Amino acid sequence: MNNEQVQAIKNNPKYQKLVSTRGKFAWTLTIIMLVVYYAFILLIAFSPETLGAKISPDSMTTVGIPVGIAIIVFAFILTGIYTRRANNEFDGLLNDLKNDLNNDTKKGMN
Amino acid sequence: MLSRILSLFMLAGFTVAMAAGADLGAGTKAEEMNVPAVVMFLIFVAGTLGITYWAARKTKSAKDFYTAGGGITGTQNGTAIAGDYMSAASFLGITGMVYLKGYDGLIFSIGFLVGWPIILFMISEQLRNLGKYTFADVTAYRLRQKPVRILAALGSIAVVILYLIAQMVGAGKLIEILFGLDYEIAVVLVGALMIAYVAFGGMLATTWVQIIKAVLLLVGTTFMSIMVMAEFGFSFDALFTKATEIHSKGIDIMSPGGLVSDPISAISLGIALMFGTAGLPHILMRFFTVADAKEARKSVFVATGLIGYFYVLTFIMGFGAIVLVLGAENGIYLAADGETLKGMNNMAAVWLAHAVGGDYFLGFISAVAFATILAVVSGLTLAGASAISHDLYANAFATGKIDEKKEMNVSKMATVGIGVTAILFGIAFEEQNIAFVVALAFTIAASANFPVLFMSIFWKKLTTRGAVIGGYIGLISALVLVILGPVVWTSILGNAEAIVPYKFPAIFSVPLAFIAIWFFSITDKSDDAQRCIDEFDAQDIRCQTGIGSEGAVDH
Repeated sequence: MNNEQVQAIKNNPKYQKLVSTRGKFAWTLTIIMLVVYYAFILLIAFSPETLGAKISPDSMTTVGIPVGIAIIVFAFILTGIYTRRANNEFDGLLNDLKNDLNNDTKKGMN
Repeated sequence: MLSRILSLFMLAGFTVAMAAGADLGAGTKAEEMNVPAVVMFLIFVAGTLGITYWAARKTKSAKDFYTAGGGITGTQNGTAIAGDYMSAASFLGITGMVYLKGYDGLIFSIGFLVGWPIILFMISEQLRNLGKYTFADVTAYRLRQKPVRILAALGSIAVVILYLIAQMVGAGKLIEILFGLDYEIAVVLVGALMIAYVAFGGMLATTWVQIIKAVLLLVGTTFMSIMVMAEFGFSFDALFTKATEIHSKGIDIMSPGGLVSDPISAISLGIALMFGTAGLPHILMRFFTVADAKEARKSVFVATGLIGYFYVLTFIMGFGAIVLVLGAENGIYLAADGETLKGMNNMAAVWLAHAVGGDYFLGFISAVAFATILAVVSGLTLAGASAISHDLYANAFATGKIDEKKEMNVSKMATVGIGVTAILFGIAFEEQNIAFVVALAFTIAASANFPVLFMSIFWKKLTTRGAVIGGYIGLISALVLVILGPVVWTSILGNAEAIVPYKFPAIFSVPLAFIAIWFFSITDKSDDAQRCIDEFDAQDIRCQTGIGSEGAVDH
């Protein structure tokens, strides 16, 4: 890829849209995962008794168990959300962009 | 030639099994031989050697050897990744930890899992689009090849060898108990089989061995969990109530305990587990076995689901073991002291198999545990061999023209070399406390491999000097801090107090690596630095779009 091609792709609005939407989405999900996980870790570090409280007086199950399982399920759901949007939306944008670029190349040859 | 060598391996397997039988009469230290386990294990070995034979005939080019020709599907790859992650350490170790400490085991599982979404959002597609065979293809994409490749190879080999030591020692102990083989024979057997899988079958055989084992392990653990829950009418509350009555820690097993006692340790453990996963060479390498970014993405989705499901099962099995193994009548699963389990406390999952399914199911789970070790060490060995042949030999040191054939031969020699090293270390470390090696492997992966990889993908101003100095600072600080920490300094070297009080020093070494990468990049005013910066845009376009990337399958 030479410098001109690089500049052409960088200036293509479809490329810019793909990169910024996907980038924002990926970072948002990353931050959500980090916040959820470190909130859990900080709870363990500073207030373990919160997680050790029983969910109801006549039950042996503690709050920490549904919370822990929920984090595992949540992590999986996040990967599902990303994969779904990437398949449905980002791949479409990408194919659009690739078509554009192919047409440009053909034009260039004529 | 090949089939002869393979049949030789099978013969060796049978001979060893016979020798184990002979041991019975001699009354050595080895436990009684478990016949169903040996039979099922031999079926597994025969099957996987058959796969290796098939894979060897399809493995012709370097691309076939390193990446199975790039033709693995997302679902297959996701299952193989899950298999790599569900090592014996996870299966036996986490179940054992839940059995011993209750809730703390779940904290570990969560830490191991949450790295996966981050890998999906930040690493997997980027890696697929930029790389070819190893993650160093990505870090060396626009930086100077030689120093960056050497750094990546050292980071990879360090992680691989440490991980292999842990697996080999675990394997030897496990096989000694389950199959009645001597420790040394067990370690040599594991080493020989893994060399056969990798050297002959390359990534294709390694991947299928991993997939088969992952399916067997998931089926086995699902069955165990259902049997446990059936005992309690599928009520978690009933299971927990009974477990707290039996366990000596009582109700404390239901809440966070001593595992992560202070905030620094808690956060540090989180960093090591989360970012360490994104720096494990044998895991990163798997993203090159699929055709494109879309399949790479799907791999992580499938892997995260399977791993998460598996961790929920280990939690159920750990509590199940408290009730059904610890609480079994007459303490049949306990050692002479009446407290620890026969073999070791890591055997909770294995004895639970016996408690819920009798001798035959115990045999099945034992064979699966052995298969797990074999599959994981094969993946590790392949990653280590690739670092030597692809990064060190082909791209850093070889002068003149190197052809694929030569590179593959170096890879096979490296496989044998790593296999023999693993066997020797496995035997040497038999009586050592090896708890630190996994902590060290994860810390190095998080401190040396991950920061360089991450910055090379996302940061335009990264220069060769920044990456290399930062990477070595991460590597060395991880090493030094672990040695000065409680696991090595006090437990192994016998000093009274650790100089660094944290078991996982990632909270210091990871930021240190990032800061060093940043500082030594921005102060780098060389021509080469400017070139690295100039070439970022082209790299980023390929990273974002996959245009020009390796690995489109040849039809």
